[in-house]
Amino acid sequence: MEAIDYAVPNTVEEAIEILSSKGDKARVLAGGTDLLVQLRGGRYSLDTVVDVKNIDAMNTYTFDSSKGLEIGAAVELYRIYQDPELVGIFPGLMDSATLIGGIQIQGRATFGGNLCNSAPSGDGIPALIAHNAVCNITGKNGSRQLSVEEFCIGPGRNAMDNGEILVSISVPIPPKGFGANYQRFIPRNEMDIAVVGVGTSVVLDDNGTKFESARIALASVGPTPIFVSDAGEFLTGKEINDDNIAQAAQMAKNAATPITDMRGTVDQRKHLVEVFTRRTLEESIARAKGLEMNTLWHFESKA
Amino acid sequence: MANVHVKTTINGNPVEYLCEPRQSLLEVLRDVLNMTGSKEGCNDGNCGACTVSVDGRIVNSCLVLGVEAEGKEITTIEGVADAEGLHPIQQAFLENAALQCGICTPGFIMAAKGLLEREPDADEARIRHWLAGNLCRCTGYDKIVRAVLDAGERMRSK
Repeated sequence: MEAIDYAVPNTVEEAIEILSSKGDKARVLAGGTDLLVQLRGGRYSLDTVVDVKNIDAMNTYTFDSSKGLEIGAAVELYRIYQDPELVGIFPGLMDSATLIGGIQIQGRATFGGNLCNSAPSGDGIPALIAHNAVCNITGKNGSRQLSVEEFCIGPGRNAMDNGEILVSISVPIPPKGFGANYQRFIPRNEMDIAVVGVGTSVVLDDNGTKFESARIALASVGPTPIFVSDAGEFLTGKEINDDNIAQAAQMAKNAATPITDMRGTVDQRKHLVEVFTRRTLEESIARAKGLEMNTLWHFESKA
Repeated sequence: MANVHVKTTINGNPVEYLCEPRQSLLEVLRDVLNMTGSKEGCNDGNCGACTVSVDGRIVNSCLVLGVEAEGKEITTIEGVADAEGLHPIQQAFLENAALQCGICTPGFIMAAKGLLEREPDADEARIRHWLAGNLCRCTGYDKIVRAVLDAGERMRSK
């Protein structure tokens, strides 16, 4: 790794000051599980890494049953899935947080870093979209909010300007009848990059027979994570049945624009989008109905 | 690119060192402090051979900067045995022949410790899932998993 300086600001303003003055010669360090690997690989040539973990607003999360969950961008994944209060309320986030990397990676990696790294395969991003999450961004000219689906604009690129910083992510309290799920296809059980990832959420009516709304987002099948808004709109007001789910899955498949690479071909990936959209919708519906969840993370909360 | 003075705690002892900001915690442990128990395998967070505990949570020390250790409590493989003898996990690894070349072993022991201290009753599925971030190219994992199951039993009966 090239020689660098290390800055540990205590406030968002100080961090912005350093980032604005250094331009693309400085980057934010949260968990470092992407950044340090990229620095060693020569992807960036930096003067300074800016460690934001001393900034309270970035290294804490708050949960309020009326306002929702606000996750500081430097909060490690394990802190989210270890909190028993959050586990039942944000099931899609739990799926993602417990399958990114292994336990060691989850001790450092963050939802904020997953977003800012802006990889098409970021496993945290479809779940955040499914949960309707919003990015809280601050720069020299003040703060702004951007929905997660608008954040990534290309592989490794996002909508933040130079000197802007992702401070936190706001996740609203899910409405009654809500369920969410993220699943990915990988050829092994853990520790791999998604061939395809799908995050969905549903809100069911009081009888559990119709969709009040649905959100579907895809990973690894385009230059950015893809929010398939038309598939969610299609399901709105529809009966919960196999035909409607299959049709939404077909719409998700149509929205996918994958490439062929060492992980999979275009055809395989498009097929997988259909399969995993169906599976995650079915799981989201089961969760919304309070059925037993098909998940590995039920025991993480005591770890 | 000035060196940074870091004060930290390693295996219960106060430790101070100077390091370059670009040095990983693993490089600091091995090259500055001569604590070579933590191994470098992949140096990019895939293999787990460099696993240490920071404030009670296992991490890959190759993906932590040495400067980030300021004020933290770090445990490495050198801090696992005590004056009384080997830790039950170490003893179980020995008796179950859970190692061949041994390069991955410190990482596996640190990771297993991170699990069994919280969940000494972890079952095989849980152990395999927890240890997914540690790679072994010799054993085929079976003896390692059996050793961790055995260690859990020893820790429960202690």
